[in-house]
Amino acid sequence: MIGGLFIYNHKGEVLISRVYRDDIGRNAVDAFRVNVIHARQQVRSPVTNIARTSFFHVKRSNIWLAAVTKQNVNAAMVFEFLYKMCDVMTAYFGKISEENIKNNFVLIYELLDEILDFGYPQNSETGALKTFITQQGIKGQPQTKEEQSQITSQVTGQIGWRREGIKYRRNELFLDVLESVNLLMSPQGQVLSAHVSGRVMMKSYLSGMPECKFGMNDKIVIDKQGKGGTTDDPGKSGKQSIAIDDCTFHQCVRLSKFDSERSISFIPPDGEYELMRYRTTKDIILPFRVIPLVREVGRTKLEVKVVIKSNFKPSLLAQKIEVRIPTPLNTSGVQVICMKGKAKYKASENAIVWKIKRMAGMKESQISAEIELLPTNDKKKWARPPISMNFEVPFAPSGLKVRYLKVFESKLNYSDHDVIKWVRYIGRSGIYETRC
Amino acid sequence: LKVINCCVWDPSGEIFELKAELNSDKKEKKKEAVKKVIASMTVGKDVSALFPDVVNCMQTDNLELKKLVYLYLMNYAKSQPDMAIMAVNTFVKDCEDPNPLIRALAVRTMGCIRVDKITEYLCEPLRKCLKDEDPYVRKTAAVCVAKLHDINAQLVEDQGFLDTLKDLISDSNPMVVANAVAALSEIAESHPNSNLLDLNPQTINKLLTALNECTEWGQIFILDCLANYMPCDDRESQSICERVTPRLSHANSAVVLSAVKVLMKFMEMLPKDLDYYGTLLKKLAPPLVTLLSAEAELQYVALRNINLIVQKRPEILKHEMKVFFVKYNDPIYVKLEKLDIMIRLASQANIAQVLAELKEYATEVDVDFVRKAVRAIGRCAIKVEQSAERCVSTLLDLIQTKVNYVVQEAIVVIKDIFRKYPNKYESVIATLCENLDSLDEPEARAAMIWIVGEYAERIDNADELLESFLEGFHDESAQVQLQLLTAIVKLFLKKPTETQELVQQVLSLATQDSDNPDLRDRGYIYWRLLSTDPVAAKEVVLAEKPLISEETDLIEPTLLEELICHIGTLASVYHKPPSAFVEGSRGVQHKRLPARAGSCLLYSPAASHFMGAGLGVAPAAMPASLGGAPAVGGGLGDLFDLGGGVGMPTGSYVAPKTVWLLAIKAKGLEISGTFARRGGIIQMDLSLTNKAMSVMTDFAVQFNRNSFGLAPAGPMQVLTPLSPNQTIDVSLPLSMSGPVMKMEPLNNLQVAVKNNIDVFYFSCQYPLSLLFVEDGRFYRQVFLATWKDIPNDSEAQFQIKDIHLNSDVASNKLQGSNIFTIAKRTVEGQDMLYQSIKLTNGIWVLAEMRIQTGNPNYTLSIKCRAPEVCQFVYQCYELVLKN
Repeated sequence: MIGGLFIYNHKGEVLISRVYRDDIGRNAVDAFRVNVIHARQQVRSPVTNIARTSFFHVKRSNIWLAAVTKQNVNAAMVFEFLYKMCDVMTAYFGKISEENIKNNFVLIYELLDEILDFGYPQNSETGALKTFITQQGIKGQPQTKEEQSQITSQVTGQIGWRREGIKYRRNELFLDVLESVNLLMSPQGQVLSAHVSGRVMMKSYLSGMPECKFGMNDKIVIDKQGKGGTTDDPGKSGKQSIAIDDCTFHQCVRLSKFDSERSISFIPPDGEYELMRYRTTKDIILPFRVIPLVREVGRTKLEVKVVIKSNFKPSLLAQKIEVRIPTPLNTSGVQVICMKGKAKYKASENAIVWKIKRMAGMKESQISAEIELLPTNDKKKWARPPISMNFEVPFAPSGLKVRYLKVFESKLNYSDHDVIKWVRYIGRSGIYETRC
Repeated sequence: LKVINCCVWDPSGEIFELKAELNSDKKEKKKEAVKKVIASMTVGKDVSALFPDVVNCMQTDNLELKKLVYLYLMNYAKSQPDMAIMAVNTFVKDCEDPNPLIRALAVRTMGCIRVDKITEYLCEPLRKCLKDEDPYVRKTAAVCVAKLHDINAQLVEDQGFLDTLKDLISDSNPMVVANAVAALSEIAESHPNSNLLDLNPQTINKLLTALNECTEWGQIFILDCLANYMPCDDRESQSICERVTPRLSHANSAVVLSAVKVLMKFMEMLPKDLDYYGTLLKKLAPPLVTLLSAEAELQYVALRNINLIVQKRPEILKHEMKVFFVKYNDPIYVKLEKLDIMIRLASQANIAQVLAELKEYATEVDVDFVRKAVRAIGRCAIKVEQSAERCVSTLLDLIQTKVNYVVQEAIVVIKDIFRKYPNKYESVIATLCENLDSLDEPEARAAMIWIVGEYAERIDNADELLESFLEGFHDESAQVQLQLLTAIVKLFLKKPTETQELVQQVLSLATQDSDNPDLRDRGYIYWRLLSTDPVAAKEVVLAEKPLISEETDLIEPTLLEELICHIGTLASVYHKPPSAFVEGSRGVQHKRLPARAGSCLLYSPAASHFMGAGLGVAPAAMPASLGGAPAVGGGLGDLFDLGGGVGMPTGSYVAPKTVWLLAIKAKGLEISGTFARRGGIIQMDLSLTNKAMSVMTDFAVQFNRNSFGLAPAGPMQVLTPLSPNQTIDVSLPLSMSGPVMKMEPLNNLQVAVKNNIDVFYFSCQYPLSLLFVEDGRFYRQVFLATWKDIPNDSEAQFQIKDIHLNSDVASNKLQGSNIFTIAKRTVEGQDMLYQSIKLTNGIWVLAEMRIQTGNPNYTLSIKCRAPEVCQFVYQCYELVLKN
């Protein structure tokens, strides 16, 4: 198990050092600094073995977090734990910076004592931790016996991520479907690879211990219901369903239930968290199509014409559109003409960057450029890197639709209808490239 | 450099000031002072001088202050053991506090204070806390048992904490279960042969139930523990797999990887024609792909593991090539791993895509990555014949770039392509020769020289080219020198007339002016060959070369199996067995994958209760059909491992039968017997003689718990009644799946035999060689490291007297009994044989045998992590060699 945990600043000075096991000595602190933080070349692995001691590290801005061990630990667990620790610290005091860590070092030690015992990760859900680890005044004292046992049963219990007795005047929840769409297209417009990786983020402000059920247009579920002839939402049953390649869930979701019935049921944590992640590769709506045309005019001139077409409902607006057209290294000058947006040649990035603030669906826009080249005797041909795009659209390119999110709370007097629900879809570009 | 404040003389008066503040009456001031002390402690200042003052602050009802003081105590108690005692009272009092958070805090902290005197006081509070009404206290106490065990293992055993811990596996609270499992697993690791975890279908069921309910970390502890279980049959392993697969959708990558480990392991037991087997294979791919969208560090861990999985079961990811394509902003360690997996997955179906990608990578900036990409192109050519031509032309394009390291790397791989496809791509030699001058790395130079020598007859100026290398012969590395020597000899054999001078020159350089024995030896051999028999020389030097294999860098199958059992852990990241990087006894136990479709369940459960309860109904309940099972005899042993090369291995030695049970002690039944291992099957050969006056029927046999878990694999087959004065021979197949208990002596076996008259007990001793398994060949590379790694005081030395065998015969003989010679060295007339043995329970034994010519006494040194077996291993050596 984890033998010790150190936090360093960018210079390699120790900000936090907590040793859990006897086999980790003070010299381990220095070994990591000398061999990793002060190492001359780039870090070649996140796991380093120095003198039979293994160091796992992650970096957050210029802060290094290192877990140390001499045993054959579960490496994936150590990294997951380090990420989790960052989340917990962020939840308590915001950005992980040297200043924040120094100002909160007592709190960090207290947290480390709680979430890691003898190197074994314990409950690390902020919701639960915040019930008894506080730095503002001591909550430890005036607690009643009931309150104490409520805390302990929550920390160790089945629903470790939520505390009892949460109350809101207005029960409200927000669902964000965030997708990033990735594409690699050939110059002829053939899709070489495309996939969407999506996340469903939920912000819940619900009283009590609500039982939730989340439904989307998952092909497997819809097909099953279609056979049975029952649809709980007849108005939308005609809609297209999507095939999900794989998905993972927050620990609040009952996995065995998903495995057997493919239903997503859970008691949500309070506040913001990531409910699920998923990946799809079939029937992706590609919001933009890029049509490149590059012509070499002699040895010192290139003519580039790029057309982008938006491929979604005309009523929707795409935002923050940026097209990046690479130029050869020996470019001496560029003239650009575009009908919409602004385009600029950026010599330091070897690219023409074309920005458009907004663009409606089913529209088309074009840019043409003349690139002057310096004559070189470099035999190596220009490799023509792909044209890449960035954008944001108000729909989910995978076609995912939230069908329902039902809330049941039997003990309190509010029903599913009283909950105000908000759903938002945002599609962003991941790596969205067209070869030219 | 940091300023280290030396507090002994405290120049700044800081300690003095703190001392005053710590003793202040004001709570706030006290707290601030303790905070300052902790801050100094963190940066490495020695504040131990303040010990009594800090401990004085302990008695407070302010929880925050208390926690700070505890933190200080954990750090300094060890250096101030006497003063640490001052704190005991408060701890013991806190363990009784009405607030469960304080009780847990006290027991948690007390376990971290590693002072012997304190541990004595810890026992009573710990016992109470293990049975506390509050689950938070219990889960903390469970971990505390592991802490205490680390300080004083004996104490934990004496106080019966292990049993309490085992009880906690049935606790109603999932987190208590998870922590108890974690603690027990850790304790069990330092007792490799104990049956501490005692996993059986009932406990497994409890664990699987807790798995659904506990925190993500608890799920990892439970899954890692489950992976150590050996299911009894394919049905049990399927039902476990079914209950583990939902974990593949967990957001925590470590949960996913640990679930993958359990599935990969238990899948071994499923018959391949089972529908479920195929379903499971399909279910594994998507979560593995999803791991690649995690943060970079986790991606790295996942990729290292996928690399193993792809080698073990290529079918899982064969359609997922694209996800391993390198992204521009991947960190370098992710890029390199992805590239490795791409090559493993390359096949005729996807080679075009792979090549296009590799070509892109070869123009990147990172030198290591580019080199690997170039090398990968070569490997594709060797792996997929249809692509060879395209690969070669891609490599030629890359050589045209004239980027120095690209050219060198390309030449190294082209050499391999030439070897794989002789007489096909030699037209490119001219292009290669153009780049001769730019080669400055030994590997590339050696490759180029090899090519020139190999195709000397087609290169007009081969002699000039080689001669140019000869000028700086002594500055070259050994690799290049050797290659140059061979190449010139090849050239001479092909064009003897023009190159006589050149060959003279290189032979004298190699033999007379070099300090390198390899080079000198090779030079002399060539010289003598050439001068005595040029025809023979031609046959030797220009002999046909063996084919090179398609896959490179494959992990050895035994190591791969072991690493699969360690998926998710550091071992799988390093691709090394834990024994290679973990000190002491932890994790040294080698793990193995289970064998397909076992049937041990049929017999073993009865065995554990047998001795106490008498024979009862157990044997009668055995299905009669079992009899025919593993009665395979002799013969097979000869088919195993012809690796020795010299002669055939003699089979394993079987001692003659001895009388184990005297007729006078057993109402007329006499039993004599011996043990044998035949082709991997362990048998007990028995002769039953009826010396009584009446007929004997209804024979059955059972073993008591023993050191290695020997148990009958089926009932004893005595089909006809045994008449007076009749003798019958039976062979009883044995399995290793019985319950384990250490016996004295280690190889003692207590047996009970029942017939229609009574139950009789006797004990016998089996030779340890019975347990030497057929795959006991150690990886040669790790032998030395492991040998050094085992502390010298667990080395045992023995003399084996009066043996008149030479080393080859001896090692051949030993191999018959699964003692494998993995290396041999001859030093000054003394043969040193390095040998390895693996026992059925995974213990490795390493041995070094010294044989001096003419001296009939051998010296045997044995090293083993479990030194108690050495004595018995030595006995086996003696038995085998003398018979």
